[in-house]
Amino acid sequence: MGVGTFIFVSVIKIVVAVVILLTAVAYTVWLERKVVGHIQNRWGPTRVGPFGLLQPLADGIKFIFKEDLTPPHVYKSLYIAAPMIALTCALTSISVIPVGNWVTVSGISTPLQITDLNIGLLLILGVTSLGVYGVALAGWSSNSKYSLLGGLRASAQMVSYEIALGLSLVGVLILAGSFSLHEIVEAQAGTFWGFIPRWNMFQGQFVAFFIYLMAAYAETNRVPFDLPEAETELVAGYHTEYSAMKFAMFFMAEYANMITVACLATILFLGGWKGLPYGPAWLQDLPVFWFVLKVFCFLFLYIWVRGTLPRFRYDQLMAFGWKFLLPLAIANLVITALVVALKG
Amino acid sequence: MLHLILFLLFGLVCVAGAVNLLVQRHPISSALSLVVVMGALAAEYLLLGAEFVAAVQVIVYAGAVMVLFVFVIMLLNAGEEERTQGSRVAMLIGIPGMLVGSLLVAWVLIQHSGTRSAAVGELPGPPKTLGWLLFHDYLLPFEVTSILVLVAIMGAVVLAARPESAQRTGRES
Repeated sequence: MGVGTFIFVSVIKIVVAVVILLTAVAYTVWLERKVVGHIQNRWGPTRVGPFGLLQPLADGIKFIFKEDLTPPHVYKSLYIAAPMIALTCALTSISVIPVGNWVTVSGISTPLQITDLNIGLLLILGVTSLGVYGVALAGWSSNSKYSLLGGLRASAQMVSYEIALGLSLVGVLILAGSFSLHEIVEAQAGTFWGFIPRWNMFQGQFVAFFIYLMAAYAETNRVPFDLPEAETELVAGYHTEYSAMKFAMFFMAEYANMITVACLATILFLGGWKGLPYGPAWLQDLPVFWFVLKVFCFLFLYIWVRGTLPRFRYDQLMAFGWKFLLPLAIANLVITALVVALKG
Repeated sequence: MLHLILFLLFGLVCVAGAVNLLVQRHPISSALSLVVVMGALAAEYLLLGAEFVAAVQVIVYAGAVMVLFVFVIMLLNAGEEERTQGSRVAMLIGIPGMLVGSLLVAWVLIQHSGTRSAAVGELPGPPKTLGWLLFHDYLLPFEVTSILVLVAIMGAVVLAARPESAQRTGRES
């Protein structure tokens, strides 16, 4: 492939990925309002378009035309930079997520991801760990007590749960022997006894999957770990002082992070784009369908949990992370390593 | 060629961040400059073909250590640095002194290491090679370091734990 073709293909992939991600962000918000509405025996959005489907569009227009208020007491440069950092870090991770295998269009063969890095997983971990700055700086630069408390809670929580999250992934890495997300999915091909798919979740990483799930909820600041923006005590936490598009950027960052986490769970534990091993052949080979289906299930689970569970208390949150998840993750890592070593 | 330009560019960013760290008066600005330095260093590692080290640099230093720095500064609500007569004297002596020192170091390095520059990919970069080196060739230094870290952790726990008498009565000492 020549340099020109390479750049052309890359630009197309980047544009498509970003547009799909932003649309997915908008419609995850819609889905959340709808599902939580039905859980609480309400209708959710119904007025704008059929089933309220145009609601995200209306919300977007509203955010753009709202007054962009900058309170007089903030540290201005950091106050403006914080939402940008949060959104940039949230959108960057999508660049290494593979949604399917290689495809060939008119003689040009390319993987269905923006780029296949050999340290793809580490890139995602690095970028999400930088995303903490957006939240922490927003809390600090707003110069308000609610924001500061929210920012402090968020950074402490994200740093603590990052450790359990990272350790839960190491088992998968040992099984796959690579950091490349593409190769991790490829390592999950095939079945056990012809009917259980060889996904990492069924390869003994069952515990790791649940550690990842819980740590991921904490990393994205979602219920039941949404203490950084606990509205009953902190107004809105770190984004209390933000309005209009700056607030929308935090909002989009949160949902983009949710989608990234769901994609990662799909790739690492549920076999990525690999379908179920039964059913008609054309169904098994649908390229992006299985990936989207699995990600959708995760997002639905996210919303379901939000509609069901109450919030943790802060000391419970820290105790749970450090005293339960972390030792469990280490135990899982040791056992996985032992099993792999004994198998040779 | 592009490699060299990028390398110099990130080197420049790195030095600029380091200088900004010293110039800034507010601790948060200084800490964020240090984050920039760490990020630029990671980019340099990446350009040298050490992708794993680059990723770890970002995750550990920029993503964890510096977040804790920022966290502590936020928690203590540290104010702006004050400039006194002493700091002016330090600046007058310190800047020339630092320039002379760094020139000396650079001179010694160029004189004694041979001026050959390392090619991309010459040093171990992939995680597999690195892991082999770390857990095979350099196992003893690795284990010694881990004991050192363990000692540091235990020291931190001892220092941070409340004295027993305060725990019994349930009051802060």
